Amino acid sequence: MGISAAAVWTVIFTRARGFDMPADFRISYRKRFMDSVSALGSRLLYQVNFTGFTLILIFKAFIQMRHAFFKRREIVKQMYVSGVKSMVVCGIVALLGGMIFSLQIGLQLKTYGQSDFVPTMIINVMNKELGALLTGIILTAFSGAAMAAEVGTMKVSEEIDALEMMSINPVRYLVMPRMAAMMLMMPALTVYTVILGVSGAAVICYFQLGMSMEAYFRRIVESIWFKDMYVCMLKSLVFAVIISSISCANGLKAANGALGVGHATRVAVVSSLLMILISGYFITSLFYGGFL
Amino acid sequence: MIELVNVHKSFNNKKILDSVSIKIEKGETFVIIGQSGVGKTTILRHIAGFFDPDHGDVFIEAERMNGADPAKKSRLRERMGFLFQSGALINWLTVRENVALPLAEHRLGSISEINRIVDEKLELLQLLDSGDKMPADISGGMKKRAGLARAIVRNPSIILYDEPTSGLDPVMSARISDMIIRMKSELGVTSVVVTHDMVSAYNIADRIAMLYNGSIIECGTPEQIRGSSSPIVRQFVEGSLIGPIEV
Repeated sequence: MGISAAAVWTVIFTRARGFDMPADFRISYRKRFMDSVSALGSRLLYQVNFTGFTLILIFKAFIQMRHAFFKRREIVKQMYVSGVKSMVVCGIVALLGGMIFSLQIGLQLKTYGQSDFVPTMIINVMNKELGALLTGIILTAFSGAAMAAEVGTMKVSEEIDALEMMSINPVRYLVMPRMAAMMLMMPALTVYTVILGVSGAAVICYFQLGMSMEAYFRRIVESIWFKDMYVCMLKSLVFAVIISSISCANGLKAANGALGVGHATRVAVVSSLLMILISGYFITSLFYGGFL
Repeated sequence: MIELVNVHKSFNNKKILDSVSIKIEKGETFVIIGQSGVGKTTILRHIAGFFDPDHGDVFIEAERMNGADPAKKSRLRERMGFLFQSGALINWLTVRENVALPLAEHRLGSISEINRIVDEKLELLQLLDSGDKMPADISGGMKKRAGLARAIVRNPSIILYDEPTSGLDPVMSARISDMIIRMKSELGVTSVVVTHDMVSAYNIADRIAMLYNGSIIECGTPEQIRGSSSPIVRQFVEGSLIGPIEV
């Protein structure tokens, strides 16, 4: 379909130019044009196919959640791998993120004598956006990449085929525990990131903006809204599903040895980050853009 | 019994299997030989249900594998064991856990029963002392034996072997060949072996088929293959550079 459309457009385009090109140049030009349209079409079809594969994988993994109790040991192991092990990185990023953010807005607001608003801004930004976003980005780099590489290596070394030969469902054995673990750890890590971000900001408010700790935390508590909290949790759950599903899907589609695993890992990280940003925008827009 | 009827398969417009028909009797050890990349493993993967033929049919004990739904394929695979080229052991499980995996995942027995069966299989494959080792800590030959122990742990009636002796020294190759013969004599399984190790092929086979350009060009007992008049078969089994096979 794509190729024939390309051929028609090539003929129209070359005739519309109003001069005769050498025959071999015309053929070469037409062929190159058709090849690029064909390649674009193939790429588009692959993306549509892959998106469908990922959505079906999410659906299958949710169905397999009924076996979560039987796979509890694997889920706990994955919670440790994808959650506990990334606590140090999450903590450092959250603490420094909170410090940098409060320093920037604190210095600006201080010039207008409005530094009292720093705690309100910090808790709002951390709860509404940065908490889930920072955690999502860290877990994508830390756990998503590891998931894609691990599943991809299993795929290219025939371990997934071996599971199928043993009539073991790879979604139940590999994907479901990783997704369940991520869905359990992501909200917990998001709360942890928010707390550390707010704590980092507290240090700056105390030492550089001259605010007392009591006043800072009083303003924080006053500015916590239930809606912000549940939107934050919803985002973290959505991000968890995105990271685990995209990473596992890329791993399961890996081919061509170590090169293929590297490619799958890279695509998994980039796609997860993009999808986190896109879904983050839509959730924010849904809850704070006047829809709900 | 395994039967492939007029199987055709192409990948990216390249014909790999061209009208392959094979009938393997129950309890037989059937060896497929041929050059690398000629489509031997593709035949095994058709039997295992990983690939469906473009044309033709694959029957496992009179039940059609191609076109079957995942549940039926899974049920048919329960009758089969597959020894992958690399062993395909799950790398975060010990040898013992790998062998126990099919039983544990399908909850086929209590822990003590599973342990007893696993011990039995590890002993058969002379791996009892290496049960607690990780796949990364054992040799290539041990990986293959562990893979074989896992393949037979559910007492399958069919075992598929993908290059069981590749990358092994001659002594270890002989040991693996001996294991394959023991699987037949002690468990009475039907075996399909893909290999280019002719020493092993002559030792283990009831029949040998040569795959060339996507087709079975000769099929017979090891003696018939040894005495084949086909220049292609002769060149391959003798490992000669001179002949119709282009290197």
